[in-house]
Amino acid sequence: MNLEFTQEEIAFREEVRAFIEENHPKYLEGMGNREDMTPEDMTAWHKILGRKGWSAPAWPVEYGGTGWTPTQRYIWSEENARVGTFMPLPFGISMVGPVIYTFGNDAQKQQHLPGILSGDVWWCQGYSEPGAGSDLASLKTTAVRDGDHYIINGQKTWTTLAQHADWGFFLCRTDPDAAKPQEGISFILVDMKTPGVEVKPIKLIDGGHEVNETWLTDVRVPVENLVGVENQGWTYAKFLLAHERSGIAGVARSKRGVEKLREIAAQETIDGKPLISDFDFARKVSQLEIDLAALEYTELRTLAGEQAGKGPGPESSILKIKGTEIQQRLTELTLEAVGSYGTPMYGSIADVGSNQYPIGPDYAQLSAATYFNMRKTSIYGGSNEIQRNIITKMILGL
Amino acid sequence: MDFNFTEEQQMVRDGLARLVREEYGSETRREVIASDAGWRPEIWAQLAELGILGMPFSEEDGGFGGGAIDAMVVMEEFGKGLVVEPFVPTVVCAGGFLKHAGTAAQKEEHIGGIVSGERIFAFAYAEPKGRYDLADLQTTAKKDGDGYVLNGHKAVVIGAPWASHLIVTARTSGEQRDKDGISVFIVDKSAEGVVTRDYATFDGRRASEVYFENVSVPADALIGEEGAALPLIERVADEAVAALCAEVCGAMKVANYMTLEYSKQRKQFGVPIGKFQVLQHRMADMYTEYEQAVSLTYYATLKLDAPERERKLAVSTAKVRIGQAAHKIGQEAIQIHGGNGMTDEYAIGHYFKRLTLFDSEFGNVDHHMKRHIALSAG
Ligand SMILES: Cc1cc2nc3c(=O)[nH]c(=O)nc-3n(C[C@H](O)[C@H](O)[C@H](O)COP(=O)(O)OP(=O)(O)OC[C@H]3O[C@@H](n4cnc5c(N)ncnc54)[C@H](O)[C@@H]3O)c2cc1C
Ligand SMILES: Cc1cc2nc3c(=O)[nH]c(=O)nc-3n(C[C@H](O)[C@H](O)[C@H](O)COP(=O)(O)OP(=O)(O)OC[C@H]3O[C@@H](n4cnc5c(N)ncnc54)[C@H](O)[C@@H]3O)c2cc1C
Repeated sequence: MNLEFTQEEIAFREEVRAFIEENHPKYLEGMGNREDMTPEDMTAWHKILGRKGWSAPAWPVEYGGTGWTPTQRYIWSEENARVGTFMPLPFGISMVGPVIYTFGNDAQKQQHLPGILSGDVWWCQGYSEPGAGSDLASLKTTAVRDGDHYIINGQKTWTTLAQHADWGFFLCRTDPDAAKPQEGISFILVDMKTPGVEVKPIKLIDGGHEVNETWLTDVRVPVENLVGVENQGWTYAKFLLAHERSGIAGVARSKRGVEKLREIAAQETIDGKPLISDFDFARKVSQLEIDLAALEYTELRTLAGEQAGKGPGPESSILKIKGTEIQQRLTELTLEAVGSYGTPMYGSIADVGSNQYPIGPDYAQLSAATYFNMRKTSIYGGSNEIQRNIITKMILGL
Repeated sequence: MDFNFTEEQQMVRDGLARLVREEYGSETRREVIASDAGWRPEIWAQLAELGILGMPFSEEDGGFGGGAIDAMVVMEEFGKGLVVEPFVPTVVCAGGFLKHAGTAAQKEEHIGGIVSGERIFAFAYAEPKGRYDLADLQTTAKKDGDGYVLNGHKAVVIGAPWASHLIVTARTSGEQRDKDGISVFIVDKSAEGVVTRDYATFDGRRASEVYFENVSVPADALIGEEGAALPLIERVADEAVAALCAEVCGAMKVANYMTLEYSKQRKQFGVPIGKFQVLQHRMADMYTEYEQAVSLTYYATLKLDAPERERKLAVSTAKVRIGQAAHKIGQEAIQIHGGNGMTDEYAIGHYFKRLTLFDSEFGNVDHHMKRHIALSAG
């Protein structure tokens, strides 16, 4: 056993750090996840990485991956977290890309993989429906074969950032009479500009607009857009979910978040002294770091297993549960740290249209919105209850 | 022991419950908080008409002879509908200062206007660096002839955009965190040198940053004793905390109810999600939290007139426990609502936001835990 990085890994870290230093646009630094980011801001880093050939570290080399080991990928995400880069959206790189190169045909690979790698094509995920959330297999959207087209009808919801999407991957029911609901589902790629596709915004409790309802009315999609075999979509959907879950732990980002929390708590005062010198508060921050260390080393063990050829199994549920709990706690403590200045609503000065400077210290502005927004992390990607069900069934055998 | 409400209190509760139900649906509330005004003066007028704004004042002061228990009843109903109108700053806080320390002339001047709904107050006590310490004040009031000159910056003053008057805590002598040298003033918001920056808050209210730039006030703006106001401020703040605890109990009750109903309707895997034991147990815990919060709200409210130490212990006990309950209930309610809980359209998110921001009003969990520890140490 050895916790140290090898010489090669240390050299790799230096190479990565230098690359980020030289290429990451300064105006995006630390922008993280701000509500006011434009779609161009969100893809800027992705496009730079695409040109370097680093946008899809985990893909096989033959499809445009880097060939990095899991440890190198880990170093990569740490270095990105350090400057707070906005990483490629997961829908292309982490979700549909692997499905296409694993189950798609050559034409699909040629058509779609380059745009995913370069960041020029924006993807969205059309899985959930109003009645099908945790129980995804109960989805109702239908795709009916009509000559060399499918005609899709139904309503998807929670489609993240679909307002900017060029393409979406949708789960549709192609065999309503299948013995089990999982058996009649297909995985279909849809050009979001096809007539009949309508995207309507959903406003969330933080005031932002990141999710949408997607309505599909008589949408005609060429059969070539079917991935893999008709009615086998559930297999690909599950494969994709496993990819969605890995990386959801967000250790590197949370580490950076704790540093920021400490910086805020050094500026806030209590009794005329820095808040971070307050035992009660400091204890909570340390508790968070301790939880984060437990998560980090669990993730490293998982990575080591992967390096040795063991695919991520149901253990990834541990990473999802603990990772999201830590992210939520971090935002909760950040909100607590800013005191009364968590109360003003960011971006909604009553006097709309004025150019007033923001209320309170800069670091307070997004604290409440971020806390409210991060409640989503224990709901999506398979809710934390569903993750616990997975652990009890697949690991504990109950 | 008697935990029953009087017939009159019951009537007030029923009347308010009707008002909130009929006039304060979540749809309407959403529109109102997004409007320019951000509140409804006509609701305020209705409250005045119903006698709600005069309830906690004695009859000789022009009120209806009620007290803290009446305020509790009112606030609980307000909490159920997430009412944003400024009852706490105007009636509980300004009313409290006037009742406990106002001169006959000051009462005469202000209470009538409060009761009739014409005069609205905000309580400007918090400062950017003060972190819940009522004595940590950089705002100053310097003697100037007969009157005073105020300078300073008050943070997140709830209800200030709607207020005609402000109650302001300021230092008339001493150092930033001294317990002595603190005074309280009634300031006309239109006085020269009062500068406000108004904004919306995440829980649907309005607040201001209030700056005092050489604001001259007359001698009779001082309420209570010059330089010795801290005990008075603490008492009024405790009364405000008790009222807010009642409000949050109302909000938690509705959040629990909505979650329970949702869990009976929402089906996944062919069954209502309320059939999953893991969710059942959590709703049982939410219910338990709520019941304990109600108990401590009664406790704090009933101790508001007790000797100082007893009062503070009761109030801090309630603020800690209810702050914790509000966090837990808010988070669980969102989680059990799934994606729908995250939307602005579903009312539950609005309850969650109010339950969250309650913590930072008049001292968060840690602040009151520390006060509890200090008081327990004797
Ligand atoms: C911000 C956000 C972004 C999203 N982005 C996307 C996207 O881009 N594309 C997409 O397709 N989907 C997306 N989703 C949808 C997400 O995957 C679903 O919200 C999630 O699967 C939960 O489904 P639901 O919201 O219908 O909740 P429900 O399934 O109704 O669950 C409600 C509650 O019941 C619990 N529960 C359900 N079943 C069980 C059980 N068997 N045992 C115990 N507890 C249970 C849940 O854990 C939850 O607490 C997003 C959601 C959010 C909030
Ligand atoms: C110190 C002590 C004194 C006692 N004194 C008396 C006495 O004077 N007279 C007497 O008659 N009995 C007495 N008992 C027995 C006591 O009532 C039983 O221990 C109790 O009913 C639990 O039963 P069990 O121990 O068989 O546990 P089990 O019923 O086997 O339960 C084991 C675990 O499963 C959980 N569980 C069981 N059913 C469910 C469910 N439906 N949902 C979720 N979880 C569940 C339990 O909560 C527990 O955690 C005593 C026990 C103790 C420890």
